[in-house]
Parts: sequence; C-alpha cells; structure tokens
Amino acid sequence: MGCQSSHPSAIPELEEIMEETGFSQASVVRLYDRFQALDKEQKGYLSKYDLQGIGELAVNPLGDRIINAFFKEGEELTDFRSFIRVLARFRPMEEGKSKETGRPEPMNSRQSKLQFAFQLYDQDSDGKISRDEMLQVLRLMVGIQVTDEQLACIAERTIQEADQDGDGAISFEEFAMSVEKLNIEQKMSLRLLK
Amino acid sequence: MSLEMRQVPLAEGLLALPAARAQEKSSGDHTAVSGPQSFQIVSFKWGHVQEPYIIALWILVASLAKIVFHLSHKVTRVVPESALLIVLGLLLGGIVWAADHIASFTLTPNVFFFYLLPPIVLDAGYFMPNKLFFGNLGTILLYAVIGTVWNAATTGLSLYGVYLSGIMGQLKIGLLDFLLFGSLIAAVDPVAVLAVFEEVHVNEVLFIIVFGESLLNDAVTVVLYNVFDSFVAMGADNVTGVDCVKGIVSFFVVSLGGTFVGIVFAFLLSLVTRFTKHVRIIEPGFVFVISYLSYLTAEMLSLSAILAITFCGVCCQKYVKANICDQSSTTVRYTMKMLAGGSETIIFMFLGISAVNPDIWTWNTAFILLTLVFISVYRVIGVVIQTWVLNHYRVVQLEIIDQVVMSYGGLRGAVAFALVALLNENKVKEKNLFVSTTIIVVFFTVIFQGLTIKPLVQWLKVKRSEQREPKLNEKLHGRAFDHILSAVEDISGQIGHNYLRDKWSNFDRKILSKVLMRRSAQKSRDQILNIFHELNLKDAISYVAEGERRGSLAFIRSSSTDNMVNVDFSTPRPSTVENSVSCLLRENASSVCLDMQALEQRRKSIRDTEDTVTHHTLQQYLYKPRQEHIHLYSRHEIIQNEDEKQDKEIFHRTMRKRLESFKSTKLGINHPKKLNKNHKRDRGQKRRTSNAIPNGKIPSENPVQDFTLKEKDVEFSDPEENYESLHTGKGVDFLANVTKQNCTDATSGIDNPVFSADDDQSIYMKFPPWLSDEDSVVPSQRARVQLPYSPNNFRRLTPFRLSNKSVDSFLLADGPEERPRAFLPETTHM
Repeated sequence: MGCQSSHPSAIPELEEIMEETGFSQASVVRLYDRFQALDKEQKGYLSKYDLQGIGELAVNPLGDRIINAFFKEGEELTDFRSFIRVLARFRPMEEGKSKETGRPEPMNSRQSKLQFAFQLYDQDSDGKISRDEMLQVLRLMVGIQVTDEQLACIAERTIQEADQDGDGAISFEEFAMSVEKLNIEQKMSLRLLK
Repeated sequence: MSLEMRQVPLAEGLLALPAARAQEKSSGDHTAVSGPQSFQIVSFKWGHVQEPYIIALWILVASLAKIVFHLSHKVTRVVPESALLIVLGLLLGGIVWAADHIASFTLTPNVFFFYLLPPIVLDAGYFMPNKLFFGNLGTILLYAVIGTVWNAATTGLSLYGVYLSGIMGQLKIGLLDFLLFGSLIAAVDPVAVLAVFEEVHVNEVLFIIVFGESLLNDAVTVVLYNVFDSFVAMGADNVTGVDCVKGIVSFFVVSLGGTFVGIVFAFLLSLVTRFTKHVRIIEPGFVFVISYLSYLTAEMLSLSAILAITFCGVCCQKYVKANICDQSSTTVRYTMKMLAGGSETIIFMFLGISAVNPDIWTWNTAFILLTLVFISVYRVIGVVIQTWVLNHYRVVQLEIIDQVVMSYGGLRGAVAFALVALLNENKVKEKNLFVSTTIIVVFFTVIFQGLTIKPLVQWLKVKRSEQREPKLNEKLHGRAFDHILSAVEDISGQIGHNYLRDKWSNFDRKILSKVLMRRSAQKSRDQILNIFHELNLKDAISYVAEGERRGSLAFIRSSSTDNMVNVDFSTPRPSTVENSVSCLLRENASSVCLDMQALEQRRKSIRDTEDTVTHHTLQQYLYKPRQEHIHLYSRHEIIQNEDEKQDKEIFHRTMRKRLESFKSTKLGINHPKKLNKNHKRDRGQKRRTSNAIPNGKIPSENPVQDFTLKEKDVEFSDPEENYESLHTGKGVDFLANVTKQNCTDATSGIDNPVFSADDDQSIYMKFPPWLSDEDSVVPSQRARVQLPYSPNNFRRLTPFRLSNKSVDSFLLADGPEERPRAFLPETTHM
C-alpha cells in the first residue's frame, strides 16, 4: 500500500486525466493513492472484490449498485482512468465562471450527476425506471419491517407522482423533473475534491 | 422522602463534622461509649462509621432524587436533570443550614478531582465513538485550545478594562487576578455539557465537537490556571518574559504528557487483559484500576489528568473489548455507567448544597453581570470566528444552527467551581467574589441555558424546514443521493484523514493487535479483513450459513405484520396511526434529520390517510445515511443502537447478494463474464416471476421463528460491538464476531466440514419435532425459487437454504445458557 504520497509523475496519463475530469493535480494524486490502497495486490486495476472489501459499503444499502456503477457493463475490472472518471461526476461544481469555459458539458454537471443516480435505478438500462426497478430500490433502502404490499404501494405512488406521460415508468427527464427542487449540486458533491 | 431519616444522623454528625471529607480530627470524641468495666452486648458507635455512613446516605439521597424526577416525564422532558439536581441541592443545603448554621457539606476540590471526576471522564473516553472523535480531532483541538485561550483572555481583559473604568467599585484585584479568573471560568465543562447535550439530541458531529472540546480543553485550563495562579503568587512585578515562555512550554508538556501517560496506561491495560483468561472474575477490575492509576499518575506528575484518563479509555477500548469476555464486558459497561451517572448526580447536587453558605457570598452586581455577559458574548464570537476558519477545511460544514447550539451550549460547571475553591485566599484577595461569581455563572448556564437550549434547538429546526414539504420522489431520491454520496466518499476515501487512518490501521493490524489482543480475537480479525480476496465458494457458503444461523432471522422479522404501520420490537407498538405519529415525533426529535418537521406538518394536514401513511413509512423506515446517525455516546443509557441494527440488516442483504453473484461466477469460472451476464438476466427474470421478492426477505410461515428471532435479535443488539468499528466498519465487525465465536468454539468456521452431506442430514434430523410440526420442512419461498440454479451444489447449499430452520437446531445447543445474558441489556435498560 502506498507508503508515501505518490509522485505525480508516477501516475499514467496524468495530464489527460486532469484535462478530462477537471481534477486538480493534488486531487488526482490523492485519488491515485486511494486507488493503490484499494488495490491490495498491486494489480494495477481494481476488481469488484477490492471495492467490496470496503467495510462501509457493506452497510450502505446502495453499496453494491454503486460498486457496479464503477464497472462497465460486463467488465470485471476497472483501471485508474475509468475509476477517476466515475468519481469526476462528484467533483463539486465551480462557483461562477472558471477557467474551463470552453467545455460544453463538464463531467460534474448536474445532468451527469443525475444520470449516475438514474442508472442506479435503471438496472436494465432501457432509459426508464419501471415499477419493478423502483420496487427493488425501495426494498434496498427501506427497513425490513415494511411489508411487500406497503412497498408496492409506495412504489406505485412514487411513480404516479413523477410520471407525466402516463406510461407507468419514470424516464430520465421525469426523474430530473421530480428532483428539480433538490440541491443536487450540493448533495452529490465531494467537498474535498476540487 | 427520606428527609427525616437522613436528618437524624446528620444533626448528630454535624457536631463533629466541619466538612464531609476532612473531619478525622474530632471523630474520636463519640467513640468513648464503652468503658472497660463491663462488656456491652450492643453499643452505639456512630463516630466509628459516621464518615462512610454519611457518604452513603448522600449517595442514596441523590439516587432517590433521580427516581423521583423520573416519575414525571413531563418535568424531565422540559427541565434538564442537572438543573433539578442543583435545585434539590439548594433545598437540602437550606435545610441543613437551617438545622445547623454551619455549611458542613460542600463540594471540596479534593473529593471532586479524586473521586467524582475520574469516573465521568473515563466513561466518556471508554465509550468514545473513536472514529468520529479522531475524524473531527482537528476541529476539536482548535476549539479546545484556541477557543479556551480566547475565552480566558478576552473575559479576563474585558473585566479588567471595566474594572479600570470604576464601575465595580474598589476591589483588591490586579490584572493577573482577572486573568486567573478568566482562565478558570473559560473552560466549557464536560460534566455539564454532557448532561445537557444528551437530552437535547443534536447531530453527532456537533455533539462530538462540543463534547471533545469540553474534555480536551482541560489541559488548557489547567495550564492557564496554574500559570496565572503562580504569577499571582509571585506578584505582578516579578513576572518576566521567561516565565511567560515557560508557561507556553508547560502547556505542551502538560497536554502531551497527559496524553502520553494515558496511552502508556492504555497499552498496559490492553496487555494485562490479554492474560486474564483464568481470572475472569476480576477482569473488569483491571479496567477501572489501571485507568484510575493513569489519572493519578498524571496528577502526580502535574500533567493533565483528564487528558490522561480520556486517552486511556479511548486507546484501550478496542483491545479491551476484544480481550475480555462478554460477561466482563457487560460488567464493565454497567459499572462504568453507574459510576459516571452517580458521580454526575452527586456533583450537581453538591453544587447546589455548596451554594448555601453565607460565608462565601460576596455580591458585586457589576462584576457578576459583566462576567455573565462577557462569557456568553465571547463564546459566540469565538465560535463564529473559528467556525468560519474551519469551514474552509471541513467536509461536513458547520452551519449557523450548529454554531448557535455550540455557542449556547458552552456550559460551565463543577470543574470551574472546584478550581475556584482551590484558590488560596491569602494570595487571591477577592477569592470570595470569584467563588460567588463562579457559582452564579454555573447556575445560570446549567439552569437557564440548560432549560432553554432544547426549545431553542427545536425552534431553529422548525424555522429551517418550514418552507416546503418534500414530495415522495424527492424524499426517496434525496435519501438515495445521500447514500450514493456516502458510498462514493467511502470509495474515494474522502472522509476524514484517510491516509493517516490507513497507515494507522496497518500499523494496528501488523503490530498493535498482535501484541495486545488474544490470539483468538486476532485471528478472526485477520480473516475478516481479507474476506473478499480469499473467498472461495466453500468459505462463502459457510460464512453466510453462519451469519444466517446467528442473525439472519432478522430478515423475516415482520412478515407477520398486517397493517400499514409496522413497528419494530424496540418501540412500543402504537395502536393507531395518530399514535405512531407522536411516537415518531418523539423519536425523530432525536436526530437533526428534520424529518420530524415534515411529520409534524403532515399531522396537521391529514388530507389523505393513505398518503400520510406512505410518507410515514418512508420516513420511519428509509435507511438513514451516515450523517444522520444519532450520536453514539450517552452517559445514562447503554445504547441499543438503531444504526447498528440498520447496518446489520443491510449487511446481511449485501452479503447474501454478493454471495449469490459470487457463486454464479465461481461455478462457471471458465466464462465468468458470460455467466455473470446470464446470471444477471436470470436474476432479473426471477425477480419478475417471483413478483420481486427481494433478497433477504424470506416470507415466513412459521410463527415459532418469530420467537427465536427475537431472541437472536437481542443477542445481536449487544451494544458491545458498537464502538469497535475502527477500520473495518460495523458490518464487517459483525462478521468478525460471528467468526470469532466460531474460532473459540473450535469448529473453525472457515474450513468447517459441517456442510458435508451427512451433516446436512443430521441437521435435518435434529430439527426438533415441536418446531417442525407447525410447518413441515418446506424450503422458504426464496429457496424454492433459487435452488434450481446450482444442481451440482444442491447438497452444499441445503444448510444455507434451510437455515431459517436450522437455526433452531443450532440454537438448541447453546440457546439456554445464552438467554439470560442476552436479555440483560434489554431489561436493565428500562
């Protein structure tokens, strides 16, 4: 495990990563250290088991779904580049105008934060949260004291509330609408990462 | 109630007693009852027992008073217990004084520092939520050091300034005296703060900050106090620059030295408990004796004793808890809570009693009022400035409401009083003025602020969340976002000082644990740490089977419930919806999660019962994200941690799911990807076909299970594991616990061959008829759905699948003797 802070030069593709994700060099270095600490066998990539080894995730109701979100469909491993790409969504947004005005859509936009959340719900990635998918998430997030019937009822109502085109499912737009009053920028940002 | 009873011995005792403690001189007078002439069958020897007798009586009175206070919940909910105790003390003091006209019982610094304070601080240290504490250590230190110095300096200087203007009249006081007074009145008091904060229920970060500050600022107080005390003694003219530098140096020596002493003794204590296997009976004694020794040692070396015993508790807790057996652990817990609670009660009562003494009262309106104003105002200013600085660095920002609570929660208490009582009258000419001012300040902060802080917090909370009521979607997704963020924080290691923590846990695992923990305890830890790397199929199944048979019944806990409002076992079952609302209100007031607000509103506008119920259900049962957890320390209660239950629940589910997917990948090890996909699809299908019966939810058809479940549940809510989660997280610790038991049972959980075909058979057979006849052995619904998956492993999987049955058979083996112990926390808790 990284005994000392890695030297920036030790990180592959540092420049590109900074360019792509908007992270500062210090953050990249920090995350790289973390990456290496998670990579217990110094493989150079992370497997799901590495992430599952984080104790806190085991008690996070959405833990496994989030772990899965770090891996591309069908892949078992992630390298640093993809790892940090996921994390980049959680970079706080710059207040006002920053240097990188040329970019159309930075990785940490509200949109992409929402997308990340949406894909956690939308397990079959058909672009919609179906009733079943909603139910699954609810089941994950609600204590076991609540019966299935109740949950089904809750899921139904939740979907009704957000569903605008009446197809019995929540599309991404509807999803974004339903939470438009929430302060996503703040709720989904890691404060320490700049 | 016991007034007369107490009065009789008191009145007699008082003749001989100048003070409760230091009265040996005259105690012999009474004993000359029996002469040499004849043998007396019965003799009355009051003098012989009077000292311990009176002490015991006082303790009894204080404890009885507590009972009386809690007879009426209305009173205790509004008025903090500490305030009630002070008032009681005033009354009792008045009675004693009326009877005798001598203030015979006061809180002497000696008793306070040697006997009453250590249990409280040890309790705080031993049950300190370590992760939280070290995570916020920087903040705590800033408040404790800079904040206290700031308070002391500004209060002292401002008072001096006003004094120069002449408002206070003529006092025999110099600048140094003011600074001395400032330094002793500056420190926020751990006893008072805890007593009030515990009842106010603030969020955990805020709690740990104020609590930690009050503990750690002791070093500053002690140093400032000593420095100014000796400066006063030397006289203002003789103080040189060198002395000031010495003062600053002594701060570092005192604080670091105190901490060091604490750590050394913690090490010693952990080491000793490693070898107490054969002397289980006195095991708990070591914890107390060695901790107390750390306190005395630091005191002897004139280091910060509070720091010493705090850190002794903080550092040893992990190892001690791993080393001592469960019974000892329970004993330690209860004894510690008892001692701390008792000390606190006595302290507040005696604060009241001590105030009834005309000799110490010197009234100076300007001085007293200005002191009150200054300490409040400077506290606010200090908090605001420091928070402003801190918020630039903190992950979890301290908001305005937090700052208000923090400023307002700066209670002063018995430490200040004891310090002021220690002053030398010959050197500090206005000692009596200081004493009376301190008493007023303490009473004001404890009673007035203590009374008002709760309404204040609630009012502020109400203010904040009155704007709009969230929709279902927002509520659900908002919660999901919180979970996502905390998960990502965990992955990216952004919370706290992770690099240091990683290093530390490495060091801890490699060296410290090896030295300080029993081998059995170590083993289970190590196994757990590498859990998901070395996992192979067999291990996995046995793990989960173990987990299942020990705790997973929690999953089927409430399947029998019928109505819309389910309640778990820990809360009284409300009969109506309305009822449950108030119950919820009460409970939710305990966290800063503001949810209570939403509930309140909802109650006002019951427009749609179903909707209300839906909201309630979500409100109550949505898992809480980490930040909203209630603080983990309570002096008066052995906490049955809700969070822990939640964590366990989630942990079970997670493990199950992981195993399922793990199995599927392992089975088809040649084509992991493909199979995994298949599996996913399978699972998806299964979900649909089985009408989305979620993982970890086994519909039970067996009422008997409910019984065993409760039992297991109780066993698992053993709060012992609460604080152990230094680096593995609670869930993993739970597993550790399971395996630990395995190891000590010498069945060695990992390579357990229990799951061979024969054993399955025997488990099957052993399954007691009285349990099985209600429900013939039908695999649970989930099992039926899933068994076809792995036909090859049918045998292996049976224990896993049937384990909600096999629990019972396992239980039979060790159930009976576990039961009484398991119920202990529940019953005594009441």
